[in-house]
Amino acid sequence: MAKKFLYLNRKAPYGSVYALESLEVVLIAAAFEQEVSLAFLDDGVYQIAKGQNPKAIGMKNFSPTYNALGDYGITKMYVERESLAERGLTEDDLMPIVYEDEDDDYAEKPSVQVVSRMEMAQIMAEQDVTFSF
Amino acid sequence: MALDIGGKTIATDEEGYLENLNDWTPEVATAMALAEETPVALNDEHWEIINFLREYYEEYQIAPAVRVLTKAVGKRLGADKGNSKYLYSLFPYGPGKQACKYAGLPKPTGCV
Amino acid sequence: MAMLHIVNKSPFERNALKSCLGHTSAGDSILLIEDAVVGALTGTVMAPELQVAMQDQAVAVYALGPDLAARGLSAERVLPGLQVVDYAGFVDLTVANEKTQSWL
Repeated sequence: MAKKFLYLNRKAPYGSVYALESLEVVLIAAAFEQEVSLAFLDDGVYQIAKGQNPKAIGMKNFSPTYNALGDYGITKMYVERESLAERGLTEDDLMPIVYEDEDDDYAEKPSVQVVSRMEMAQIMAEQDVTFSF
Repeated sequence: MALDIGGKTIATDEEGYLENLNDWTPEVATAMALAEETPVALNDEHWEIINFLREYYEEYQIAPAVRVLTKAVGKRLGADKGNSKYLYSLFPYGPGKQACKYAGLPKPTGCV
Repeated sequence: MAMLHIVNKSPFERNALKSCLGHTSAGDSILLIEDAVVGALTGTVMAPELQVAMQDQAVAVYALGPDLAARGLSAERVLPGLQVVDYAGFVDLTVANEKTQSWL
């Protein structure tokens, strides 16, 4: 039976290797056909911010890869509303990540769901396994 | 390891993938294919997949897993090409590994 | 469905403990280890929030004794109601809770 896996992201990209490591683990784990979802809270919300360009700091921009996650069967990316608000951000500051719903004639649907802190706590409680980054 | 392309030395890792992705040219792909134990002369069908992979990488910054590649090829080029039988007939060492190598991409994440 | 939350960073340097406290459910436990044990003491800015969690939200809070001792923090200085555990107690907590979640 498929288990529910949550990848919990709480750090901004580029300043440390956590964000990229998390993404790589997610891509590998996606091959095992479990129910994978991603959560972004605290500084983790910066990982899926629009307009990233780390060229001048000599790092690879891996933010486009989040757009490929739908092809890997990952269609749930939860973002905490309070974390956005604390940082002066709104959903409009995030990349419009979508997936194609195979069960609905490949209609494009948003992967990003903004949830409240309480809903996030509930999402965490529902998981079988949580990986923190 | 290294490839010699018209007098220019291009660095590759121990499995033959490019050390520096910016070194890629079509000549690099041709040379890599010819350097196989059983040399491969790249035809239009090979190039169609190689170019597809380069576009995929340009857009998503990853080399897709073979399952994802198969699905994406099917969507773009049709179901007669989006299946492992067709892709393995072109790239018998594995479409993920072999085609990504010729396309100058890193080895697909999760590929061992 | 009780969860053990493990925090290992000082709450005076990182927001891991604060964020953790915002995501616990009744019946959950929080274990402070490594640098996080500095947050277990009385009189800190974290104390009121931890007390609310323990008293009003049915969240149990623990600190790892060896990490307190290593930092010269005696068990008498920890918040009332906060329990100090040894390594065996750490293991017991992971067994008693169905799931574990780390806050890095």
